[in-house]
Amino acid sequence: MTLPEIAPRDRDWHPPALAPAYRSSVLRAPRHAPLRFDHTASELTGPVFGQDGIGPDDADLLINYARPGETAQGARIVVHGRLLDEGGRPVPGKLIEIWQANAGGRYRHKKDGYLAPLDPNFGGCGRCVTGPDGAYAFRTVAPGPYPWPNGGNDWRPAHIHFSVFGDGFAQRLITQMYFEGDPHIPLCPIVQSIPRADAVDRLVARLDMEATVPMDIRAYRFDIVLRGRDATIFENRMEGT
Amino acid sequence: MVLKESASQTAGPYVHIGCVPSFAGLEDMYGGVDPGSVMVTGEPAGRRIAFTGAVFDGEGAPLCDALIEVWQADGQGNHGPSNGFTGWGRQPSDGGTGAFRFDTIKPGAVDGQAPHLSLWIVARGINLGLHTRAYFDDEAEANAADSVLRLAGERAGTMIARTTPEGFHMDIYLQGDNETVFLDV
Ligand SMILES: [Fe+3]
Repeated sequence: MTLPEIAPRDRDWHPPALAPAYRSSVLRAPRHAPLRFDHTASELTGPVFGQDGIGPDDADLLINYARPGETAQGARIVVHGRLLDEGGRPVPGKLIEIWQANAGGRYRHKKDGYLAPLDPNFGGCGRCVTGPDGAYAFRTVAPGPYPWPNGGNDWRPAHIHFSVFGDGFAQRLITQMYFEGDPHIPLCPIVQSIPRADAVDRLVARLDMEATVPMDIRAYRFDIVLRGRDATIFENRMEGT
Repeated sequence: MVLKESASQTAGPYVHIGCVPSFAGLEDMYGGVDPGSVMVTGEPAGRRIAFTGAVFDGEGAPLCDALIEVWQADGQGNHGPSNGFTGWGRQPSDGGTGAFRFDTIKPGAVDGQAPHLSLWIVARGINLGLHTRAYFDDEAEANAADSVLRLAGERAGTMIARTTPEGFHMDIYLQGDNETVFLDV
């Protein structure tokens, strides 16, 4: 079986394992460089998710935990975009999972003891499968910033966590989406563990008035990029064999 | 390549809400079944095993907030869902002890490699998900010929799970003398 190759990961683009300003990384960062080897089927293949099993409200955090007829509290937003690979090609049929704090900055998690109250109508997770053009969309509330224990006066910018699958297990990715104009972005040690400003900028969603629904809900646009599957290499190989 | 991969960010301490919501206390989300929680859905060919372990930090403390994923071949060495087997599993480490457990089947050999599980580990403090593999200590001959284990050299043993009464066990060390070999996948 010949599988399309997956482009090498540019590790200088990602945060290093050890980012001392983010204190949790100090004891959890491997000290050895990771071992490079040629991909095998174990890395080039991965789990496949279809629409089967995805519930109709799974991508609607406004109502997927709410009592019937009620909705979550906070500023209503759509978060939407496309899942692409590094070649700019849409990546259809892939599972995207998100989780976030509520409008007050509080997570529905037994280990989150922040003062801000839970919202009885907000669970804080959602999922969807990308469409034929790689498109995805969630409805949710804008999450609040929250304080976190990092040795000082640290506040996370408002953010939504994203977990994304690709075709191959090597493409597996977890990242975070931030919001345009948030003054906490340059102050956050987790964000700033990313070495390059242009890489950070790509994690910042833009207000998208085109997709805003008047008198209803505002929209933010956030495209996600997975490592490229190199079709050129694949095609050349096929010709050569 | 015209675009760059989205930069990774830590999964944080609340990854469970999004990935294993029932475990996080959102019992009714997604039909009450966390994705990846069941790998064996029927009677697949191959030996049923429990794959257990824990992830330890640089001070030897277990990570009680980690999330581990397994991707593996079926009993015949084929990737992708097969009869009664999904090939993909996802489990949180225990919130008290840090232990994780996958009820799965022992994979067959793939493309001349020794049988192995591919593992992916995320948690608070891990900025880019960590890939490694779990090989099996009852496959000495195949392990000796495996190209990834050979590349790992004297540290290869950190990727070999040891036999237990129920299956296999492999602890993962993020730092220290026994630091696990992680893979630049
Ligand atoms: Fe968070």
